Amino acid sequence: MSTPTPAIVVSGLVKRYGAVEAVRGISFSVRAGTTTALLGGNGAGKTTTLSMLLGVLEPTAGDVRVLGVDMRRDRRAALPRMNFTSPYVDLPKRLTVAENLRVFADLYGVAQAAERVASLAREFDLAGLMRQPYGTLSAGQRTRVSLAKALLNGPELLLLDEPTASLDPDVGDRVRTWLTGYQRRTGCTMLLASHNMVEVERMCDDVVMLREGSVVDQGSPADLVARYGRGTMEEVFLDVARGRDDAAVPLPQRDPATPSSRAGERGTDSP
Amino acid sequence: MNAAGVTLKPQTGPGASARRIAALIRRHAYLLLKSWPRIVSMAYYPTVTMVLWAFITVSLAPTNSFLQDAPGFFLGAVLLWDVLFRGQLGVSLTFIEEIYSRNLGNLFVAPLSLTEFVLAQFALSVLRTLIGVGGACLAAWLLFHYSIFSLGLPLVAFFAGLLAFGWGIGLVVSGMILRFGLGAEEFAWAAIFLFAPVSGVYYPIDVLPGWLQWVAAAIPSSYVFEGMRAVLVDGVVRTDLLVRALVLDVAYVALGALVFSLAVGHARRHGRLLQMGE
Repeated sequence: MSTPTPAIVVSGLVKRYGAVEAVRGISFSVRAGTTTALLGGNGAGKTTTLSMLLGVLEPTAGDVRVLGVDMRRDRRAALPRMNFTSPYVDLPKRLTVAENLRVFADLYGVAQAAERVASLAREFDLAGLMRQPYGTLSAGQRTRVSLAKALLNGPELLLLDEPTASLDPDVGDRVRTWLTGYQRRTGCTMLLASHNMVEVERMCDDVVMLREGSVVDQGSPADLVARYGRGTMEEVFLDVARGRDDAAVPLPQRDPATPSSRAGERGTDSP
Repeated sequence: MNAAGVTLKPQTGPGASARRIAALIRRHAYLLLKSWPRIVSMAYYPTVTMVLWAFITVSLAPTNSFLQDAPGFFLGAVLLWDVLFRGQLGVSLTFIEEIYSRNLGNLFVAPLSLTEFVLAQFALSVLRTLIGVGGACLAAWLLFHYSIFSLGLPLVAFFAGLLAFGWGIGLVVSGMILRFGLGAEEFAWAAIFLFAPVSGVYYPIDVLPGWLQWVAAAIPSSYVFEGMRAVLVDGVVRTDLLVRALVLDVAYVALGALVFSLAVGHARRHGRLLQMGE
């Protein structure tokens, strides 16, 4: 059986802002159909890396291939097949939820846009909010709308920057359930930057750990927990963030085509 | 149909571009057309200015032979000046609105090209101008029995010439805002007035000092207003002036597109597209 082409291949990626090197020659790949986390403390380079993957930030050096497309040369060939959500961007606040979703459905060229919007409204419990201006919604409701926007085109690749930041545990849990459900149904690839280790253990097949712009470790959550001799990803994160990763026991490299075990069972909670 | 059960329309070609431009126009039309205070505010300034100049005309006309011969001179001038001003504002404010909304990131990760984004700005500029100046024109006709259409067919060329110049300036302003942040927002309201003295809106260009006449010769609006005076005062359509205006318009739109494109490139290098907002 042939190894599937990775959805994302990053090679020697560098981003400098003057004398500051935000990303220092990182390389990693994300297997198609998997969920991978970019982990790291504040300023580790997660959002910078995601921005370069989206093509909205120009790398200083290195290559980014997304869904087989060279993002530095032909990003518009990949953009209809991917989508993203981030707390750093918003939707127009005076437009209603329905208007916002309709506009983005048309931007992405979704056929039968009205039906797709209605379907996502049902899926994300937005039916009662469709006529409300986006700016009047709560943080949790806005997150649901942003996720609906991110799923409008049925993306093959979903980039999520802190998808559950600022959400209460209930809404955060629902969002994770929606995302894992979407991933299961469609086989899409997800790359998420997160500070929530429970989220990472529950959702992710692989983890790329960043510190000060460099990849310091990677592997499945279960591998990392075992390698660091810790009980949870949170403890592993603290080891890496505080530079105590020297004690990690190297494990044999896993075949990228082989699905890794998950530290937590997916989708165990009800929506 | 993709794995999520979603069918995407073709992403390339003129039809796809037109669809994305229409989506962006719809996004702003939703905002404009459902808010009557916004519509009123767009027509308010042009209407008040028109009323002011109309009364100046009424007060001066009995003793001024020039105004007796061309009673619509000031009204035509003020309405056409507003075409330029609204045309520029239409481009700049559309862009500022995206920054206020923190929506630039969503737009720049959607399959929307920079050219499509700019063409949508132009279309929205036409819409804003028609609403703003259209209201003032209607008021001029109702209150003072002056019709801007009395300028005849050249009105179309005047309108196009001023609107395109406004687009060029609007793109430069948008680029400056992207480059320097919302602190440069004031340029959106003030930049066009730099061109007012050398546009000859209310007086012929030859009253300017020689060096300013050279400056005036380099901007399209001076030819449009000269052309307007030729129609109103002499009853002559000066196609030579209109052609010069349109040729300069092409240069200014190209300059604006270049400045805006360079600003987007700078923002792409410095990571400002995702994070720009209020």
